[in-house]
Amino acid sequence: MGDTLLEIQNLHARAGDAQILNGIDLTIRPGEVHAIMGPNGSGKSTLAGVLSGRPGYTVTDGSVRFEEKNLLELEAEERAREGIFLAFQYPVEIPGVTNNYFLKASVNAIREHRGEESLDAIDFLSMAKEKMAIVEMPKDLMARSVNEGFSGGEKKRNEVLQMLLLEPKLAILDETDSGLDIDALRVVASGVNALRDENRSMLVITHYQRLLDYIVPDYVHVLAEGRIQRSGGKELAHELEAKGYGWLGLDEGASA
Amino acid sequence: MAQSTNSEVEALAGREYEHGFITDVEEERIPKGLSEDTVRLISAKKDEPEWLLEWRLKAYRRFLQMLAEDNEPTWANVDYPPIDYQDMYYYAAPKARDELDSLDEVDPEIRATYDKLGIPIAEQERLAGVKIAVDAVFDSVSVATTYKEELNKQGIIFGSFSDAVKEHPELVRKYLGSVVPYSDNFFTALNSAVFSDGSFAYIPKGVRCPMELSTYFRINANETGQFERTLIIAEDSSYVSYLEGCTAPMRDENQLHAAVVELVALDDAEIKYSTVQNWYPGDKDGKGGIYNFVTKRGACRGKRSKISWTQVETGSAITWKYPSCILQGDDSVGEFYSVALTNNKQQADTGTKMIHIGKNTTSTIISKGISAGRGQQSYRGLVRIGPKAHGARNYSQCDSLLLGDECGAHTFPYLEVKNANSTVEHEATTSKISEDQLFYCMQRGLSEEDAISMIVNGFCKEVLRELPMEFAVEAQNLLGVSLEGAVG
Ligand SMILES: Nc1ncnc2c1ncn2[C@@H]1O[C@H](COP(=O)(O)OP(=O)(O)O)[C@@H](O)[C@H]1O
Ligand SMILES: [Mg+2]
Repeated sequence: MGDTLLEIQNLHARAGDAQILNGIDLTIRPGEVHAIMGPNGSGKSTLAGVLSGRPGYTVTDGSVRFEEKNLLELEAEERAREGIFLAFQYPVEIPGVTNNYFLKASVNAIREHRGEESLDAIDFLSMAKEKMAIVEMPKDLMARSVNEGFSGGEKKRNEVLQMLLLEPKLAILDETDSGLDIDALRVVASGVNALRDENRSMLVITHYQRLLDYIVPDYVHVLAEGRIQRSGGKELAHELEAKGYGWLGLDEGASA
Repeated sequence: MAQSTNSEVEALAGREYEHGFITDVEEERIPKGLSEDTVRLISAKKDEPEWLLEWRLKAYRRFLQMLAEDNEPTWANVDYPPIDYQDMYYYAAPKARDELDSLDEVDPEIRATYDKLGIPIAEQERLAGVKIAVDAVFDSVSVATTYKEELNKQGIIFGSFSDAVKEHPELVRKYLGSVVPYSDNFFTALNSAVFSDGSFAYIPKGVRCPMELSTYFRINANETGQFERTLIIAEDSSYVSYLEGCTAPMRDENQLHAAVVELVALDDAEIKYSTVQNWYPGDKDGKGGIYNFVTKRGACRGKRSKISWTQVETGSAITWKYPSCILQGDDSVGEFYSVALTNNKQQADTGTKMIHIGKNTTSTIISKGISAGRGQQSYRGLVRIGPKAHGARNYSQCDSLLLGDECGAHTFPYLEVKNANSTVEHEATTSKISEDQLFYCMQRGLSEEDAISMIVNGFCKEVLRELPMEFAVEAQNLLGVSLEGAVG
């Protein structure tokens, strides 16, 4: 199926010793934006972690294909190089490593994998400048250590900046909206929208419908108890917002 | 801070100790073992004046005494089988070293060796406008020094210790042993008896040395110890930046390197001393490698003088070294910036001593220890504030980073404060390289090795930025290479 970017079938996974995902089925085609909503603890980050190869998770059943590859066989960095990008719910600090240096190393690692020439400092900077403008990122953040002392909003902008630089095939955004005020949310969303095109797909994880006013999804899925309980179009998000998670017969964490 | 490019970081993958080759050169040795004859023979080879032979012999007797009293230091947190001081060569030198009239006369094999190490014995600019004077010490002797003449025009003396003894005996006699007496410890007594060469630098009053001075130490011969001395004197208001590098072949045996370094800074003088130590560390199981037992000390004799030690210690099976500052002059400044890395079965016990004697003296200690594999390391530091050191200040920061569960990091800070009007601050942290950091980097396409190298370099940043630019890149690469196989 050349027309499928990501195909998740019957995915079961543990986080540590706890069984969290209990049979996820999801197909994403190029250009589609899928939103995953669900109460806290429903397994949204677990799904993102399993897809991106984060240590600590064990797949107990099911399969994941990414393009023609068995995704679960690839190392985390191979998945990244193949075009899977995760915007972290909690971006990590790396003391002593400048953001500029980190992003350049990352861009060049991925360019090399694609058979492209690596960028020198000057070319990288001009590319970065253009993308920084999109997410309204202050210049001095490039000279500071990665995420160290960044505000919550700055960290999330930095995630989106990286996504813009790396131009992934599949971007997974894990609660990129959480903790953002409306202005920051708008900026982050415009960064994401800048990257939307017919070949790029997105998996937007969120707890709130709010983000989906800015990043309008093609499909919305509701995750609870480790399964997709319901799928629909963008109107499903509004329905959820109006009625709460309890509406689906899930009392747990209703509309927090 | 200088940062290596990504491709340089990438080039690390798959490399191991890359300086482990042996140069095939005919060497002249004196018979194995240590005796008064050994000491006399070394001195005679160098045509030394009587006073120096006498000094060596006193040191030798002191060493014998210490040996008899079992005075080899045991307080360091390192572990090694007894060293048989009779079972090694104390002098090995490439043959036919007549006086060189020009650098072109250096033995091609030796020239090739240094080329391979990335240290050309030639007077050529490294980067546009950057010159570095090199003294090349090969086993027991200095084989060449570059830019001697050019430096000499400004009155700067730079070259081998042996030449300095011949050409400037008054300076050597005045300062030799004045900072580190031969009787200081077991290894200084040994070194003072049998040292065979080393580097000497003298910067006259008011002169700012126009280029980096450097010495590259190479151990090549088997079963041979290297015992060299470095002596640097900075007269009033002078400045010098000096760098040393060290490499050795991969061998199954352990080889001893016991050096002594003495620095003297007079009024308003500044000496910046940087080390990138990459002696052969031994193999994964701890077989072979250099025992690096070194005494380094600087005397800030003058008012407002400054001595700054920066070291990146990645090599050696065992490192035992405490570059120190004696802050005699009022308002003098001592600094110690250190990165020590132990992987596999390497052991390091390193740190510094800051001895505050003069008023308003200040010292800064920044120590970064990285342990991987089954590596063990200790930071051992003494800060002593003497009774007359009014207004003295010290700041110490010791950070340890652990990679894996089988390595260890230990911190032994000693404090002796005899003046109430002084300030001493000490901070220490121990952290593990976090899985989250690694995953974050790998999710951005970096390999695990590159991720570790990047995180470790970030951890060491405050120290690496003290290195001269060119060497910072070298040091960063070295940290990556030295960590190979540390995680996985
Ligand atoms: N390493 C782990 N060991 C055990 N339980 C875990 C681990 N990681 C996450 N969990 C649990 O898995 C559940 C799902 O977590 P998560 O995927 O982060 O949910 P969400 O992102 O939807 O809020 C939670 O109950 C959480 O406590
Ligand atoms: Mg989550």
